[in-house]
Amino acid sequence: MSVLDSKIPEGPLADKWTKHKNDINLVNPANKRNIDIIMVGTGLAGGSAAATLAELGYNVKTFCYQDSPRRAHSIAAQGGINAAKNYQGDGDSNYRLFYDTVKGGDYRSREGNVYRLAEVSGNIIDQCVAQGVPFAREYGGLLDNRSFGGVLVSRTFYAKGQTGQQLLLGAYSAMNRQINRGKIQSFNRHEMMDLVLVDGKARGIIARDMVTGEIERHSAHAVVLASGGYGNVFFLSTNAMGSNVMAAWRAHRRGAYFANPCYTQIHPTCIPVSGDHQSKLTLMSESLRNDGRIWVPKNKEDVLAIREGKKKPTDLSEDERDYYLERRYPAFGNLVPRDVASRAAKERCDAGFGVNKTGEAVYLDFKSAIERYGKEAAFKHGHKNPSDEEVTKLGKEIIESKYGNLFQMYQKIVDQNPYETPMMIYPAVHYTMGGLWVDYNLQTTIPGCYATGEANFSDHGANRLGASALMQGLADGYFVLPYTIGDYLSKDIRTGKIPTDSTEFDAAEKDVKDRIDRLMKASGKHSVDHYHKLLGKIMWNKCGMARNATDLQSALDEIKALREDFWANVKVTGKEDTKNAELEKAGRVADFLELGELFAKDALHRNESCGGHFREEYQTEEGEALRDDEHFKYVAAWEYTGNPRDAKLHKEDLTFNNIELKTRSYK
Amino acid sequence: MGGIIKSSVARKFAMALSGLFLVFFLLQHFTINITSVISPDMFNELSHFMGTNFLVQAILQPVLIFGVVFHFIMGLTLEIQNRNARDIGYQNYNGSANSSWMSRNMIYSGIVILAFLGLHFYDFWFPELVHKYVEANPEDPTRYYEETIAKFENPVRVGLYVISFIFLMLHLLHGFASSFQSVGFNNKYSKALQGFTKAFAIIIPLGFIFIAVFHYINHL
Amino acid sequence: MGNLIFKFFNLQIRDMKLTLKIWRQDNATTKGKMVDYPIDGIEGDMSFLEMLDVLNEELVVKGEEPVEFDHDCREGICGSCSLQINGEPHGPDRLVTTCQLHMRSFNDGDTITIEPFRANAFPVVKDLIIDRSSFDRIQQAGGYVSVNTSGNTIDANATPVNKEDADDSFNAATCIGCGACVAACKNASAMLFTSAKVSQYALLPQGKIEATERVQAMVRQMDEEGFGNCSNTGACELECPKGISLENIARMNREYMSATTEG
Repeated sequence: MSVLDSKIPEGPLADKWTKHKNDINLVNPANKRNIDIIMVGTGLAGGSAAATLAELGYNVKTFCYQDSPRRAHSIAAQGGINAAKNYQGDGDSNYRLFYDTVKGGDYRSREGNVYRLAEVSGNIIDQCVAQGVPFAREYGGLLDNRSFGGVLVSRTFYAKGQTGQQLLLGAYSAMNRQINRGKIQSFNRHEMMDLVLVDGKARGIIARDMVTGEIERHSAHAVVLASGGYGNVFFLSTNAMGSNVMAAWRAHRRGAYFANPCYTQIHPTCIPVSGDHQSKLTLMSESLRNDGRIWVPKNKEDVLAIREGKKKPTDLSEDERDYYLERRYPAFGNLVPRDVASRAAKERCDAGFGVNKTGEAVYLDFKSAIERYGKEAAFKHGHKNPSDEEVTKLGKEIIESKYGNLFQMYQKIVDQNPYETPMMIYPAVHYTMGGLWVDYNLQTTIPGCYATGEANFSDHGANRLGASALMQGLADGYFVLPYTIGDYLSKDIRTGKIPTDSTEFDAAEKDVKDRIDRLMKASGKHSVDHYHKLLGKIMWNKCGMARNATDLQSALDEIKALREDFWANVKVTGKEDTKNAELEKAGRVADFLELGELFAKDALHRNESCGGHFREEYQTEEGEALRDDEHFKYVAAWEYTGNPRDAKLHKEDLTFNNIELKTRSYK
Repeated sequence: MGGIIKSSVARKFAMALSGLFLVFFLLQHFTINITSVISPDMFNELSHFMGTNFLVQAILQPVLIFGVVFHFIMGLTLEIQNRNARDIGYQNYNGSANSSWMSRNMIYSGIVILAFLGLHFYDFWFPELVHKYVEANPEDPTRYYEETIAKFENPVRVGLYVISFIFLMLHLLHGFASSFQSVGFNNKYSKALQGFTKAFAIIIPLGFIFIAVFHYINHL
Repeated sequence: MGNLIFKFFNLQIRDMKLTLKIWRQDNATTKGKMVDYPIDGIEGDMSFLEMLDVLNEELVVKGEEPVEFDHDCREGICGSCSLQINGEPHGPDRLVTTCQLHMRSFNDGDTITIEPFRANAFPVVKDLIIDRSSFDRIQQAGGYVSVNTSGNTIDANATPVNKEDADDSFNAATCIGCGACVAACKNASAMLFTSAKVSQYALLPQGKIEATERVQAMVRQMDEEGFGNCSNTGACELECPKGISLENIARMNREYMSATTEG
């Protein structure tokens, strides 16, 4: 048997969670007062868990690098949150949400976890509404739903294009209630620099106060990492500028296994890169694919004419356009899952059909939708033979009411009016399905160290469906962790406060200080961003949307060489004992330079294509992903052994008893 | 006075109520004054009533004085509090990009109006007190008109009068509409109401100016 | 004018030369000053923060300390970025945050002043970074509904909410807590921020139960933080990147006065 014990409860799928909750140990309220928990990250997963744990009576300390918990990057999620409420009566159920998620994840997730996620999803909506989250409603006063990619029901709850914001502010308000009660102490502008283990258990962290530069020791009976994903290893991504892997990577170095690092979601609809100055990429919500049609010109001559500005996209007739998603996937059309849509865009652009200067953009066109909505609206107004102008005008109004804020955002960035000319979009790194390996209780391989939300690997397999990240973050934080962590803490009721003057804390603090010292004293040839951009280029070109063994092999070597150069020659200005953005970035990039190598190693070892991981060697004749269930139906959990490329592989075999493994087809 | 009402919202509310009260008073004052243009007799009659009626003198007048003093002290208190909220100012502050001059300079238009009130008291109220209570002159219901228009013979005074009312106009252009917002009135009728307050803010001070200039020209 | 001609011919505005006047301050206790930085090669497609990235990269190469500024999501939703640009919070454009402001809004040869948002309740941390924890404390005073997060609540559809109220509540809730309202206000007042939160809950049945205590607690905290008073100049509404309406302040005033008279 593998060293990995996923601790999935026995019994029928639908009963596992209930049974587990009945079986686990509880901590009585009086004892909870004597137990401290550290929460790193205050996004949906961290904020919700912090609030719930504090409410249960634990003493919680939260840490975030932003100036307020409310700024965590969960706030940027646009489209919505899934829940199997079946309010629309379109046949939704917990099982169907479970099924869609496992299938969408290309059969690389755990059945038990995903079913639990589906099971608690409805509760999330109840909870959030009770908290005063203003979800979109219908005229009858009930909640509205919309549809997302890869599913055939409408189960997505939303608050315009700002669902993540509203849910995060809900969790933040729940946190505020506990801060006001004195049950949460929030340490903002603090960054976790290392995890402290005492007797093999996670007992605290070393944090840096980013304003004073002070290195602080914080102890607790358990440490929860809710620090998000590592998409910024690509430099350009839709992640926030500060999003980083430091907390998870430090835990990995201390013994937590890192699972499936190569599973990265490349989101198909982002605003294309405009130049070398680009610092980050902006997402255009997946909801746009409800109404937008994706195309490139059929003929190369038109492509060239468009690039040179001699032709406009609106000059091309329908015959001259290639609606390639509708052509390749007639059943799901423009609403195929993200990985499929992204690869299809890349395929067209690689074949030379990209429509902007860089050749890396396709069109997302709302003309048909404007016409369709316009005709419907005119009909409603009683105009049986409306003029074209009238149809266009009415249609634009409807599109504006649905996507106004997104269109405005696009216009601000690109300086083109998407009501008049099609949007240009291109895939961009968006989410990382991989993360710290956790068992059913969300505990990593370090006892007492938990990981929730995007920071763990658990629920999305090799590809995440739209509107499922918010669901998972809140499920983990509100409904899963608060139960499962009690089981572990029930053994700690007599431990008493964890002292911070132990040799373990001394050693960890020294490590952190030495590391900072090394960064400050490097020779100073190149800026931190210089290295980050180079790393991003390697990752994007060789570990991006399509990967092959040769490239991955060379990525391994290039990243290693870059890391060595970084430690010798990086330039960090300023001082360590003040606010110092360069030092903060340097620490993060240092960890990305290690993670990148493990990423490439994982991608190299996985000789199959699945979800977000596409290996050019493993595809069908039509260019679809070719999974290898016989050899790769497992979670790859990597153990740190001192060097990322020497990480030791542990396999957790995935068993599917409730769902039949099939080739994913959206045709 | 600022000490009694502590919270910012309550102060704002009180500021608005006192302001609205003063606007109402202004309308009443204007109504009487305009009669001086139409009919000196009516002006005398109304002035005599206001100057001798017990209710007006014993109740309305103190309330009005209290209203003025309250509005001024509260305004000053708030101004000091507001200035203290930003010790280090901007090197470059482009206030005109997002707000009207009137709204940003209520304290200055207010101070000009206050100074004018000083002049006004000097011109009318103190002589009136002296006339009535110090010299204890017998009642003369016909003296008001002559006394009033005599004040508008001096071009300097008329000039000051005109300037003051221009500032009153500026003060009202923001203040009148603003007071509704402060008491929580902001809904679908607000736009129409704003039109009304703007018209009021322009017409009433112009009316006062007209009266002054009318008497001045008449005298020439 | 040059900009207009370029726009007219739909040409890319390339390589602008600018002079930046930027507030530099070591930490909360030292005095700061404006420092001039000439910068070249700025493209219209760059966001304002990317322009600052270019400056910082140059400073780092020269071995000088880069300009510190708050930023994170760079898509206008986290509320981290601030900056008073040419005398206006988030610069001259409307309904954008600084990260969404693009350099095409400026002309070749312009001088741009960049200062931190100013208010005593927002002390400077370093350079252009300010401490907005006063906003957090206002929220902590009562910006929540006191329900447990156990999930044992009633079904989400058990209480219908009038769509108009739900939409108004949402619009109030889109506040990103950036502080532009305070920065724009000549009185450094935080009423728009506070009233947005008060309104979000006051408009929903879930929030009405604690409405009285909430508005009183939040206003009390707002006053304690040393923000100025509202004098209805409307600057906050105009500069708010999310277009939060002044109606919220009126609503808060109503809520507050009725809460006070209720006792």
